[in-house]
Amino acid sequence: MAGPPDRSGSAGAVTPPRRTRLVLAEVTRDRGDSDRTRTELAEQTRVGEALVRGLVRAQLALALRLSLVVAIGLGGLPLLFAVAPAVGTATLFGINLPWLLLGVAAFPLLVAVGWIFVRLAERNEQDFTALVRRPER
Amino acid sequence: MPNPYLVPAIVAVTLVTVAIGFYGLRLARTTSDFLVASRAVSPTWNAAAIGGEYLSAASFLGIAGLILKYGVDVLWYPVGFAAGYLALLLFVAAPLRRSGAFTLPDFCEVRLGSRRLRTLATAFVIFIGWLYLVPQLQGAGLTLATVAGSPYPVGALVVAAVVTANVALGGMRAITFVQAFQYWLKLTALAVPAIFLALQWQADARPAVTPPDGPAFRTATTVVVEHPATLALSDGQTREVRPGDELTFAAGDPVPAVSGVATDASDWLLPSTAGADDRGLFATYSLILATFLGTMGLPHVLVRFYTNPDGAAARRTTLVVLAMVGAFYLLPTIYGVLGRIYTPQLLVTGQTDAVVVLLPGAALGDGTTGRLLAALVAAGAFAAFLSTSSGLLTSVAGVISTDVLGRGSVRGFRLATVIAGAVPAVLALNVSGLNVSQVVGLAFAVAASSFCPLLVLGIWWRGLTDLGAAAGVLVGGGAAVGAVLVTVLGPPLSGWPATLIAQPAAWTVPLAFTVMVAVSMATRRRAPADVGATMLRLHAPEALRL
Repeated sequence: MAGPPDRSGSAGAVTPPRRTRLVLAEVTRDRGDSDRTRTELAEQTRVGEALVRGLVRAQLALALRLSLVVAIGLGGLPLLFAVAPAVGTATLFGINLPWLLLGVAAFPLLVAVGWIFVRLAERNEQDFTALVRRPER
Repeated sequence: MPNPYLVPAIVAVTLVTVAIGFYGLRLARTTSDFLVASRAVSPTWNAAAIGGEYLSAASFLGIAGLILKYGVDVLWYPVGFAAGYLALLLFVAAPLRRSGAFTLPDFCEVRLGSRRLRTLATAFVIFIGWLYLVPQLQGAGLTLATVAGSPYPVGALVVAAVVTANVALGGMRAITFVQAFQYWLKLTALAVPAIFLALQWQADARPAVTPPDGPAFRTATTVVVEHPATLALSDGQTREVRPGDELTFAAGDPVPAVSGVATDASDWLLPSTAGADDRGLFATYSLILATFLGTMGLPHVLVRFYTNPDGAAARRTTLVVLAMVGAFYLLPTIYGVLGRIYTPQLLVTGQTDAVVVLLPGAALGDGTTGRLLAALVAAGAFAAFLSTSSGLLTSVAGVISTDVLGRGSVRGFRLATVIAGAVPAVLALNVSGLNVSQVVGLAFAVAASSFCPLLVLGIWWRGLTDLGAAAGVLVGGGAAVGAVLVTVLGPPLSGWPATLIAQPAAWTVPLAFTVMVAVSMATRRRAPADVGATMLRLHAPEALRL
């Protein structure tokens, strides 16, 4: 992408970079680059299409599975407190359980799920890259 | 007795904000510097900046106030505000960055190629931005009025003016540094006093948060009533109070129960149970849906993702943000809980949003430590107003300059900033009675009912069409906007209608998704022909360099 801005010296001594007019949404539109392994993808052949569909499906399945974990783990709590009031009155270290679950435990859970997602999503992408670049052209 | 450190602390935060803005100004020369910091911001800086921008008046002041007032049920606010970043990470972060769009309207055009949809998205960005800006300015006015006794408009106008000038002159490059600085300031400003407060609580022999006889005044207190209310006094009588009434309590007197506030220990301490209140459960789930899904639709949150170099970096940045925001949200609970002990008078006055600012002085006394910590908290609160308003203003102004004024120039951006800043300033002066946290919650509900389905379906479903997207945004988002207008302008409601309007997300979000999918399937032929190429660009890893 665009290089870092010129930070050298005092502001006055440097000739200012030319102002460019950016037309949003058009910036990324064309990016010509050709390579045999990638043309299949870029040209939307049936093989390329299937590859992309596979990747999208894998990533979506991963995201949905992990959001299900959170939906059950956290989203089930109001229902649990409502149908089993005993959970609300239970205490741990002298603090009522709902306070600990919502005030403290929820945040590490969210970060942990996020961390797992980043790892697995990157693995999916590596698999996809390896598949596209497989040597049997 | 006024605190001599307060005003210098607030002035210092404001000056540092402006100074970093001007430092950034020297680096910002092109339009892309202005709008997206030339995409040369490192992930850690970027994550701190996103966190700094996100933690608003509602997070810094509102959550602790709500916890003081309502107890365990409102812990869903901080959990939801943090979980919103997880939803963003799972469904949006990397593909959105790869789309190469700068703004939400831009995404509509990249994905669906529709100018009209772009205009609709622009309208929603501006509406959500302004809806979210008003409570920030209000919070500033109320804080300055509480701690320094200034008239309400002063704080609101000071923040509006500083932020508008800073954004207009420095653009986002400057803002990135400002925001990152302000994240750490806000964390420090809550964490350090929290440690002192916890130690003080230990030193006071751990007074019970929910004593069996209900909360009591620790010291002789005079309370000036701000809102009309019905008080249930300890001798069983009730008393109607009006704004301006003064009530005097001796040390050890029980805090009178105020209508609509959970003074009763078990209401406050325990979650709402089934049977007793189905509406409470509905409102809880509605809040969860709005905050979990609303974050991804907030314009100032999304605009930050374009400053990541690629999709993988966007994912990693989001994870760091999630951790940073989660760490911050451990703190307001402490203030809300200790507020039950040290500032119970706020339950009577109804000014519970002031608990964070008043608690250090109330718990630690009038000594230098208490005053310095009070000043630190006030500075943090100002950082919250400044940073969130800056981010909102940048994104609203960016959209106005490119989509309404139709110019891509720096001058156009500056003009747009002035317009974008003036409107909420005028609104904030005229609606001082609104509840800060409630308005923020409504902004989340509108975002969750309009941009969340648009982004999620746009990124993951090939079948989305421009008509489907527009219909979903109009029906779902429109319903949420209607709920906002009824809440703000309409008559007071009661029973189920009140719950459905005050917490609309549980019905508007499914409505938006359903309409979007149904209309898209009915207009299947309008799906863009290049959807395969778009999907490839959104999801293919950069390592392929397609």
